Amino acid sequence: MTVTALAWTITLAQVLLGIAMCCAAWRVAVGPRAQDRILGLDTLYVNAMLLLITFGIQTGRTLYFESALIVSLLGFVGTVACAKFLMRGEVIE
Amino acid sequence: MIQAPDLPQWAALVTGILLLGGAIAALIGSIGLVRMRSFYDRVHPPTIGSSMGVVLIAAASIVCFSVLRARPSVHEVLIVVFVTLTTPVTFMLLGRAALYRDSAESDDRMPPSR
Repeated sequence: MTVTALAWTITLAQVLLGIAMCCAAWRVAVGPRAQDRILGLDTLYVNAMLLLITFGIQTGRTLYFESALIVSLLGFVGTVACAKFLMRGEVIE
Repeated sequence: MIQAPDLPQWAALVTGILLLGGAIAALIGSIGLVRMRSFYDRVHPPTIGSSMGVVLIAAASIVCFSVLRARPSVHEVLIVVFVTLTTPVTFMLLGRAALYRDSAESDDRMPPSR
């Protein structure tokens, strides 16, 4: 009984995070300008990281935690590089 | 696809509430990203997801794995610290880049200056 209720709660949380990722992807697709797309991409990767942690709770493995850490790390670097590109026109000066 | 760890009842309750709260916070942030009108309004809502959402879901993970292994498991704090440190840096850089671009094109989308 408890396991079933928790399983449905985890699935509901995953569906909500999936809807959140769809909203962020819509902002990436629609724009209207480059900074809006980068903002949507940032939200997209944060939501994907949360979804990975949720998968980790669901399966009881720590493998998902490590991939979530890597996603947050690379997402930060990517967003900073894009913002720097918008500011200067080049990433490495 | 429907599966869950075998937790005692109180731990399952705490994990479920924290997880749902985090997911709802992330959803509110993303809906705000879609609904807001200008870029300078849109910078604010995603921070709900990357502060409250990350904290709540990491807390759910900490409770779940600590009870499962019967020992404290706090490595999710690493993600919380990292995201909390990097999100303001990212959004400040992005906001300055947007301000620079808008002032270079001198259009009327800029926020009113004081």
